[in-house]
Amino acid sequence: MVGDRWSLLIVRDLMVRGYRTFQQFRNSGEGIATNILADRLRKLEAAGIIRGGRERTDGRKLDYRLTEKGIDLAPVLLELLVWAARHERTGIPCGTLAEMAKNREQVLDDVRRRWRERNSTPLMPVFRGGESNREKKRGRKEKRMSKVRVLVGTRKGGFILSADGKRDKWDVEGPLFAGWEIYHMKGSPADPNRLYASQTSGWFGQVLQRSSDGGKTWETPGGEKLPEPYSPPAGVSNKFVYDTSAESGKPLTTHQFYDGKPHPWEFKRVWHLEPSLTDPDTAYAGVEDAAIFRTTDGAKTWHELAGLRGHGTGSSWQPGAGGMCLHTILLDPSNSGRMYVAISAAGAFRTDDGGKTWKPINQGLRSQYIPDPTAEIGHCVHRIAMHPSRPNTLFMQKHWDVMRSDNRGDLWREVSGNLPTDFGFAIDVHAHEPETVYVVPIKSDGEHFPPEGKLRVYRSRTGGNEWEALTKGLPQSNCYVDVLRGAMAVDSLDSCGIYFGTTGGQVYASANAGDSWAPIVRDLPAVLSVEVQTLP
Amino acid sequence: MIRVVLPPHLRTLARVGPEVQVEVEGRVTQRAVLDALEARYPMLRGTIRDHVTQQRRPFLRFFACEEDLSHQPPDAPLPDAVASGAEPFLVIGAIAGG
Repeated sequence: MVGDRWSLLIVRDLMVRGYRTFQQFRNSGEGIATNILADRLRKLEAAGIIRGGRERTDGRKLDYRLTEKGIDLAPVLLELLVWAARHERTGIPCGTLAEMAKNREQVLDDVRRRWRERNSTPLMPVFRGGESNREKKRGRKEKRMSKVRVLVGTRKGGFILSADGKRDKWDVEGPLFAGWEIYHMKGSPADPNRLYASQTSGWFGQVLQRSSDGGKTWETPGGEKLPEPYSPPAGVSNKFVYDTSAESGKPLTTHQFYDGKPHPWEFKRVWHLEPSLTDPDTAYAGVEDAAIFRTTDGAKTWHELAGLRGHGTGSSWQPGAGGMCLHTILLDPSNSGRMYVAISAAGAFRTDDGGKTWKPINQGLRSQYIPDPTAEIGHCVHRIAMHPSRPNTLFMQKHWDVMRSDNRGDLWREVSGNLPTDFGFAIDVHAHEPETVYVVPIKSDGEHFPPEGKLRVYRSRTGGNEWEALTKGLPQSNCYVDVLRGAMAVDSLDSCGIYFGTTGGQVYASANAGDSWAPIVRDLPAVLSVEVQTLP
Repeated sequence: MIRVVLPPHLRTLARVGPEVQVEVEGRVTQRAVLDALEARYPMLRGTIRDHVTQQRRPFLRFFACEEDLSHQPPDAPLPDAVASGAEPFLVIGAIAGG
């Protein structure tokens, strides 16, 4: 069987290129005739090396997959690849080859894992011809992107943790803005050296910091010390004033307080900063009391997008235990006008016109703590997450319940499944697998710590419902820390890194999609937020 | 020349030492001193007084000459010793946990 030239090429295509269908094998560039291909597929199946099944999207097509016996050929294929790369011109990058030859065991473990998980990416790295443009692009990107920078906001300052692509040795810089609460730090996707930070204090209020060199130096935009003679300042980066203008802000006077009485909106702090995907000088700020602001001049000045508070339900919003905060902003990469926000305890909202008009998207949510459990408003949404390649699908960690929507939030369904508790704060999605989701279950709203004193991240490979506990490297006894809503992030290296911070000051990292964890730092102040940048 | 002493966090923010000096033309009042301070160090705007109401932030106090001036009207004249630069105007953060 293995001696046959065509059969081995089919196995190679399955393993190295991630091919699955008759058409793909036929067009793989080796010029196999259809009758021979059909014959070899039959023989490989008869020999128990591959198995054909109906393809999910098109029932008429067959989708081939290696069997256990088939995947056992991986070491043979790997040796052939290494041999070929050494002695033939194949286009395999030298570095990749050296890596593979050095880490045979790890490569093979990875191949087996991906095969087990029915991962759609090729089981072995792709080297030449035949791969799709998208894979080519990703391959190029991976090589360039070899650093990660983790931005950590804590109760007493900000920290920047950096490492190369291996993510095993870390540099820790900080504390930045020592003594202040750093609610959030985030980098611009359009210019990774541009960072924004929300610095707050019960004494001195809000300060907005900006860096243009990746966090080495910071400034308060528009608030720089002026040389004499000084002219009026250029901006006020920490000034967040609610819109009360006659046209757009007039009806926005009060929301409900904890006791249900009307209460005026009062700015307290910026919870979330979301830089634009395309312009480093544009960013959105989610604030407490709940509202969304935008800057288009690099944070010198901020203006409210008052359509959110003004869309009609604002007067019935009420604060959650952490205040009435707008804590999540998601930008749809496929539609520049679409944005999602979440507010505790009002719910989730969407705009399709760049923030002018908004609508609540809370249908399907059920919350026992409000008079009408299925009301349009009043749900304590803790976090929403989205995979950039599937912007219509959202995952939500609510006060209780993990939820999912496949229609931009129009309707939600519960996917808590077998989680030990579906209370929690953080939720995020794997960088390359849109159906792989992470949560950190917390015992209850009255007991903000992991159940049984075991810190466990739960991963679902099926977009929810079926969850597995990830415990390797995490404390499995006497652990009573919390993981807050902003304190989880993923990098976009080939082997996806997951990061989260705790109220006990640990920041844990996994360089293998959650399979194992190690602390980067153990003794920071309570962690409020974690973001990560994947850098060239 | 008026001397102003800032709490440590605001010194860091403004990148200054324990004491700064500002010039005030005309009557030396709380408002005039804070306006001059904010004009010289714009990053302090909003951190001592609210942006909109111009009220003193609740956890801050103003002291001078061993007196608590926090509740004086903003346009009342400050003590002569402050106006002459003999004594500093103190901005103090309340001792309140954290």
